[in-house]
Amino acid sequence: MQIVLNGETRTVAAGLTVTGLLAELGIDARKVAVERNLEIVPKSVFAATALAEGDRLEIVHFIGGG
Amino acid sequence: MDGDQIGTEDFFTVAGKRFRSRLLVGTGKYKDFTETARAIEASGAEIVTVAVRRVNVSDPKQPMLMDFVDPKKYTYLPNTAGCYTAQDAVRTLRLAREAGGWNLVKLEVLGDQKTLYPNMVETLSATEALIKDGFDVMVYCSDDPIMAKKLEDMGCCAIMPLGSLIGSGLGIQSPVNIRLIIEAAKVPVLVDAGVGTASDAAIAMELGCDGLLMNTAIAAAKDPIRMARAMKLAVEAGRLAYLAGRIPKKLYADPSSPLGGLI
Repeated sequence: MQIVLNGETRTVAAGLTVTGLLAELGIDARKVAVERNLEIVPKSVFAATALAEGDRLEIVHFIGGG
Repeated sequence: MDGDQIGTEDFFTVAGKRFRSRLLVGTGKYKDFTETARAIEASGAEIVTVAVRRVNVSDPKQPMLMDFVDPKKYTYLPNTAGCYTAQDAVRTLRLAREAGGWNLVKLEVLGDQKTLYPNMVETLSATEALIKDGFDVMVYCSDDPIMAKKLEDMGCCAIMPLGSLIGSGLGIQSPVNIRLIIEAAKVPVLVDAGVGTASDAAIAMELGCDGLLMNTAIAAAKDPIRMARAMKLAVEAGRLAYLAGRIPKKLYADPSSPLGGLI
């Protein structure tokens, strides 16, 4: 299925969870926040949140800034 | 506001937490994370501002700020730099809260790209939403005493008027306004933006503000580590001078040596 991840279209396995996606990307879940279709996905439900076709995801972290 | 004092220890309180260092620093514009970490260390800052941005999903192994600047040692203050609407700012800070797990944030909603001047209409709207949502909001704002009071009344935990435009290095352009804001406020007032060099920092602190937030003045100096130390000393010097109470300005001389016993 296709999702839009940080503005880019990406094909992922059907039923992939947020935890699965982060693992696939090699991202440390403790250091990021995830938004799905403009709603925050709390870290506590990463594993239970299955992605759906057309989901728009944002994965963000802290960078240097003033 | 004078800030609280216990004996010789001088600190200010924001959102129920005490901070000894009155210098807050940004973490942007450094050549690399090692330099960032060294400059923050030299500045003595306890609060550092950070931005929220997309993870580079094509190269997630890139070094992360958190690996160099320990969020357990420093209080991360997520900002909304680059946001021009209340909606974007609120969305960004909700993500920041989830990424970091804390409520203390710096709100800044910008008005235009040339001046990065705060858009106060959007700032008020974002403030309302964030306070309702349980955030502790330190707010970047214009140096308008009426706006500052309004933000305090809405529940902001710190008011942060600009000294001059972000990154301009023009120092404190409206000391009278800053002074008026300080006198009226019951929450900490921190001058945010505009500092160019150490004397600017001292001037801000001598006006009686509780603290100072800067980034470019340190990060873009030829020697950021040395400038960080200069700013630390300037903030301390300005604070001490404010507490000590300066002499009034006079038009004519007042001799320092006694006149009695002159030959």
